[in-house]
Formats: sequence, structure tokens, C-alpha cells
Amino acid sequence: MSRAPLPYNPKILELFQHPKNLGKMEDATVVSVAGNPMCGDMITFYLKINDQDVIERASFESYGCAANIATSSIVTEMIKGMKLEDAWKVSYKNVTDAVGGLPSVKFHCGILAVGALKRAIRKYFENKQSPSWMQPEPSFEEKQALEEEELARMLSKRMKAAEGK
Amino acid sequence: MIENVKELLRAHEGLECDVYLDGENSSRVPDEVVKAMIPYFNQSGYGNPTLTHKPGWEAYETIMESAQKIASFSGCKTLEEINFTPGETEANNLAILGTAASTREKGKKIVISEIEPINVLNVAEMLQKTGFTLTKIPVDEEGFLNLERLKEAVDRETVLVSLSAVNHEIGTVQPIKEAAKIVKEKNATTVFHTDASDAYGKIPFNLQDLGADLATLSSYKISGPRGIGALYVKERVNIEKILEGQIGTQRLWPGVENTPLIVGFTKASELAFENFEQGTDRMRQLRDKLTEGIFSRVSDVLLNGPRGEKRAPDNANISFLRCEGEALTIELSLSGIYVSSGSACSRRLLQPSHVLVAIGRKFDQAHGSILMKVTRFHTEEDINCALNIIPQAVERIRGITGSTGAE
Repeated sequence: MSRAPLPYNPKILELFQHPKNLGKMEDATVVSVAGNPMCGDMITFYLKINDQDVIERASFESYGCAANIATSSIVTEMIKGMKLEDAWKVSYKNVTDAVGGLPSVKFHCGILAVGALKRAIRKYFENKQSPSWMQPEPSFEEKQALEEEELARMLSKRMKAAEGK
Repeated sequence: MIENVKELLRAHEGLECDVYLDGENSSRVPDEVVKAMIPYFNQSGYGNPTLTHKPGWEAYETIMESAQKIASFSGCKTLEEINFTPGETEANNLAILGTAASTREKGKKIVISEIEPINVLNVAEMLQKTGFTLTKIPVDEEGFLNLERLKEAVDRETVLVSLSAVNHEIGTVQPIKEAAKIVKEKNATTVFHTDASDAYGKIPFNLQDLGADLATLSSYKISGPRGIGALYVKERVNIEKILEGQIGTQRLWPGVENTPLIVGFTKASELAFENFEQGTDRMRQLRDKLTEGIFSRVSDVLLNGPRGEKRAPDNANISFLRCEGEALTIELSLSGIYVSSGSACSRRLLQPSHVLVAIGRKFDQAHGSILMKVTRFHTEEDINCALNIIPQAVERIRGITGSTGAE
């Protein structure tokens, strides 16, 4: 196991020290979660969406590293005031660029943040007619979030099995 | 990358505190040790100790006197039993690979524990890939070795047992003498190695009395310089060297001896052993102040490892629940408190420390673990600084966590 040095850039440090849009939103239209505490990486997104399908407000909570906090925070900044259709087009690459780049071991943080966003949008349309711009199959980021969660579950099971022996 | 680091460092300007508690990963070398080393770069003993001139003979004299001191501090029979290496990693590699190479005909079984440092664990696993059978002895929830399992594991084909005297992460003081006895009773020819890096200068021990064939000693773990350590090799125990090159005064490690670092290691040893009890009492007192201070100021914390006399006096390892470790180390650094976290980020998942997993910590308990080691050179003021800063840092990071992950 290597312990890569993590030379976070000033933008990430700034967002880590002064995260924007932090905290639970009591009147959120939709809430989504990605990752789990076993991954050491978990995000909750809160979106307030108006009846024109525009994101009026977005906030987050994060159990994770500095990169996780920074990417979650920047996503909430990026999507504020966006139509859901445009927010859906945000990719992890846009997020990585917006925070000024990530160390390679932290790419998954940006992916997880976008995964949480896309889950929120998908959830919003759960009991509504699905818009044509939202493909029924999971996006790249949603798939990655699922994989990460599955991996953590598997490891946890293996640990439980090891305890029992 | 380097620009980012410069920015990160600028963010630390003007800090009031400057407390280094990451003794597990490097040392802050006290001035008197640095001062002792300096003459050996260019005033005396800068020669190669195997050559026939004054700077060489000075180096020879210095190295032999250093070995003699370290031999007497650690309870060796002769100074020849001390073999300087470039550090703990190298000494552990030498112990394991050197034993495996010298015992080829006797068997192919190796025994370690589940909580050995990775410079033992990874080396043993490397040998496993080449055909050795590796057994890892489990530990209980405080990190103590299961001696029954050790007894079962050792047989006629066991060539090497390697068990740390004190665990590097959670400070468990192992019944290492008893373990050595069990091993030798099962197989007198099995080589018994102990990584004593976290024991040397911290708990009383005597290598002759311990019954170990090989023991690793580390300089930086007693606030000496990095890049130097030693492997004790008991008289008449034969292991092979693992690197080729010019052999000088150190028969198991080729290359030119690093006299200034050997002097630094020796000076740090002198400081550790001159007032041994006073120093370890001081460490224990500062460590208890730190641990108890955190427990009284911060909620939802767990102590990893044992309490009391069975814990090394310098070690504090605490899990802060709902507080991710890496984020906390950065937050603390920005206030001048330097610690390390028990988890290291891999590609996708945060890998919890194998030691914490072995004592039964859940992933989310391990992810918020912080390892701190106090030294005899820390002050009350250092600990007060840490106790002022840690609670607010934990609170801020927990504020970001919010309700995320709550069951």
C-alpha cells in the first residue's frame, strides 16, 4: 500500500476550509446519498427544485477526505440555478476541472459527488414522467458509485466471515 | 505539484503551535542530537572506517564505540551482535530474507502475527509467493498475541518466527519473552526475530534475557535521525546478507558506513537510557494527559489498544467516530498539530489499517483513527496546545459529516 503524498491545490484547500453550501436542508425537494461509511467516503446531497425543474438551492454533507468535501461543495455551487437537464450533463471531468485538478487517487471523489447528484435527479423523476434527456440506464458516475458501495459491502462481509472463523 | 505544496505550506504561516506527534512516521531530532552529529560530516571520522588513514581510523573508533554503547543499552553480550543498517525497514528485511536464505535446507515455514508492520508483513508475503508457508497468529481486541495459536503454528519445519515486541500502531506490549520460549520449546532451531523498534528506549528489556536470535532497533523511534537502525544478531546465529557490495565494518550490510547517523542514533540512545525511568515516566504522564484530555473534551471516541502498564508509554491511538481521518490530519496541521491517520487511500476505497482490522475495529471506526506518539522531548505546553486544538478540529470535521452515515 503506498501512501501517496497529497499535494492538494489551493482551490481544494479553500473549499475544505470554507466549504460552500454545507449542511442539511430541511425543506429539500430531494435527498440522495452516495458511498457509505465503510468506503471512508460518503456524500448526502439536498436539492431544492422548483416547478420549472430548476435547482434553486443545493447543499451537502460529507463524511470523507478533503477532496471529497471540496468536490461535493463545488458540485453544489455549479448546479445552483441550473435546469435539471443541464445539471444532468455535469460530468466528473467538469468537477475535477472546477476544483483545479485532483491527485489521481482522489479521482473517485469527484465521480462519487456527480454520482450523488445524478441519483438525486433520477430520484426526483421517480414518480414522474422520465424526461427524454435522462437515459434509463445508469450513467458512468452512478455505476461507479454503485461499484464502490458493492466493493465496501463485499469487504465488510469478508471481515464478518473472518471474525466468525 | 510542487506549486501546490508551496501553497499548502503558505497556508501554515504564522501558526502559534508547532507540535510534532507523528513519531510513528519520522522524528523531530532534538538539537543536542543534531549537534553531536555535525562534527562527523567534516571534522572527524568522515573517512571510510576500513581504510588505513586518520579519518578512517577515527570513523572506526567512533563506530565501534557507538556499537558498544547500543549493545550495552539493549543488553547484548558483545558489540559484534549490533549490525547497523539504514533503518528499521532494512533491518526487518535483513532479518527475514537473511534467515530464509540461510535456512533453505531446514524447512519453508514462517510465522508472523496479523499486526506486524508492513516491512515484516510484506516481506513475509513475498516469501510466501516463492513457496514458503506463512502463518499469521491472530491477536485479541487489545492486540495481544494468541500464544496457544503460536504454539500450534510452530513445528519442525518452521525456520523463522517474527513478532514485534511492542506494536507500532496500538502500543501493545507483547509477552515476547514467553513467545520466544514457546517457539524454542517447539523447535530449538527456529530463528526468533522481534522488531523491537517500539520497545527500545521505551520499555525495559534485555536482549540476552529475552531469548531472541534477532532484534530490530530503530533510531528515529527514539528521536534519533532517520536512515539508521540496527539488527541484533545473537552470537552464533547465522543469517545471510541480502545485498552485495563492499563489506566494511558491518558484515551484514555492504556500503560505506554512515558515521554521522550512527553517532546520532547513539546520542539519542544515550538520552533515552541515561535517565530511562524518568524519561519513560515523563512520556507516560504526557501521553496520559493527552489521552485523558481528549476523552474528557471530545465525545464518541475509542481508544485502540490496551490501557495501563501493558501499553507502551508513548503511544496514543484514538478513533474519532464520524470524523474522517485524513480530513482531520489536514485540519490539525493547519493549526500546527502534526499527526497521522490509520487509513491510507487506495484507488477506490480507503484502506483501514490492518492492525485496527485485526483487533476487530469496523471500517468506519478505523477510518477516523489518529495515531500520536509523545517523546521525552515534548513539553506540557505541547500537550496543552494539542488539547486546545483537537476538540475544535474534530468538531469542525464532524460538522461537515453532519447526519451523513448516521444509521
